[in-house]
Amino acid sequence: MRRLGRWLMDGVAWLVLAYLFLPIFVIVLYSFNKPAGKFNFVWKSFSFEAWRNPFAYAPLVESMKLSLRVAALSTLVATVFGTLIALALTRYRFRGSSAVSLLLVLPLTTPEVVLGSSLLSLFLDLNTRTGFNTIVIAHIMFSVSYVALTVRARIRGFDWTLEEAAMDLGAPPFRVFFKVTLPIIAPGIVAAAMLAFALSLDDFIITLFNAGNRVTYPLYVYGARRAAFPPQINVLATAILLASLLALGATVLWQQRTLRQRGMGVTPLG
Amino acid sequence: MAGTASGGSRRSRLAPYLLVAPGILWLLVFFVAPIITLAQTSVAGTEGPWWDAYRRALSNYGVHFFRSGRYALSATLLALALGYPLAYFIAFRAGKLKNVLLGLVVLPFFTTFLVRTFAWKTILNDGGPAVWLLQQLHLLGEGGRLLDTTIAVVGGLTYNFLPFMILPIYVSLEKIDRRLVEAAEDLYSTPVGAFRKVVLPLSLPGVFAGSLLTFIPAAGDFINAQLLGSPNQQMIGTVIQNQFLEVRDYPLAASLSFVLMAVITLGVLAYARVLGTEELA
Repeated sequence: MRRLGRWLMDGVAWLVLAYLFLPIFVIVLYSFNKPAGKFNFVWKSFSFEAWRNPFAYAPLVESMKLSLRVAALSTLVATVFGTLIALALTRYRFRGSSAVSLLLVLPLTTPEVVLGSSLLSLFLDLNTRTGFNTIVIAHIMFSVSYVALTVRARIRGFDWTLEEAAMDLGAPPFRVFFKVTLPIIAPGIVAAAMLAFALSLDDFIITLFNAGNRVTYPLYVYGARRAAFPPQINVLATAILLASLLALGATVLWQQRTLRQRGMGVTPLG
Repeated sequence: MAGTASGGSRRSRLAPYLLVAPGILWLLVFFVAPIITLAQTSVAGTEGPWWDAYRRALSNYGVHFFRSGRYALSATLLALALGYPLAYFIAFRAGKLKNVLLGLVVLPFFTTFLVRTFAWKTILNDGGPAVWLLQQLHLLGEGGRLLDTTIAVVGGLTYNFLPFMILPIYVSLEKIDRRLVEAAEDLYSTPVGAFRKVVLPLSLPGVFAGSLLTFIPAAGDFINAQLLGSPNQQMIGTVIQNQFLEVRDYPLAASLSFVLMAVITLGVLAYARVLGTEELA
């Protein structure tokens, strides 16, 4: 009876994992498809063609470049802003800190369609033309919360007396920051920045409202359902997946190494 | 000396405010102010009383609100039913594979959301593998479809927000002291009893956070309904997007958006009341 229950639970768990990977399998598989028409939705025959010419569609490449630029810029700004907030919340007790925490959570509990449409009504109100700048503004807005909450969760419980020790030994403040504080909080910041980058690269709904006539990669994919859906879309999606896998693997190894150097145990991803 | 000391303490009193200032200002200008503008836009219609846009929103699109709520609720319950066993498995039974499995849960979500939804379109397409399989099993009749049905839309929503359910539940299960479960079993509790009386109650904060993180984006989503459904499955997000970007009836669009936010906020508060926990993220 007990065995049966366990097997059932384990079975469901493995099935759910398979369910999570089913569309990924399809995305990778269809990057090797040679579709009959313009739409890569029905399997025709195996081919390396799309992988050999991944940049055959100029608008698709342009959209990917735009997405990467937006993601780089918004991640940079949001990571600085978010990390500063996380430092303030973990290092100081101050009046208004609970209001700050609340303000950080609110964007996460607001549907994206509300975030996107309200930002658009602000830009309409101010007669601001939507385009590159407004996309970056929007992405920084939703990334700040994720960065601040991630960094805060990661640096809670670190031993801040190390800073005082460094200062007692005569280190000037900037040296303390770069030699003591930054190495301690760096793994958390890198994890948060990766999250912000991934969120920016993937965002569709908020971007749709504030992009004007600029086309990011997700917007291009959305439009592709009408004009043409080449297998190159799948190639780029697979490439993003592989790049994230490499980045994830590299940071996990790096974190394990720094933690081992400090003689701390290895903690799980989260 | 005294001067530097007091200068230092004044600096440290100001320090947290200086640290939060850039990010918080950004959120005030580009998150809080827009919500206020949204409210203003919703009552700025030129015809009828100030609440005219709200009257039109509710009388014309009430059905879309209910449908969105129904779909989001179904997706949340499905995600809970699928996500809990997996979270439990990773937390209690995966052993050394724990981190690998956590990585696997997140990995699919590093491909673009839209491309994933298109992949579901391929899977569920007429003449596609899912339809074929169900027809072989006689679960779907000749000419039966999956695409453009409620099943496809709810399935897509469930899929897209599943990790948001799994990760918080995993975190709360991971925190449970194993000795509590052992104690329950030592006191002759059955495994089911130990689960019901010990594990389940202690994992409720995770269930709460996971349900919110699934329900909220699902209720506002329109991609799944648009790509996997027919106009009969249209959700409120499509209407808002259409009114804002195509029809450009801004008061109506803003009131729809505002109602969606208000309903979700009230729902979250009521849910927090019922489960008696304030824990969010």
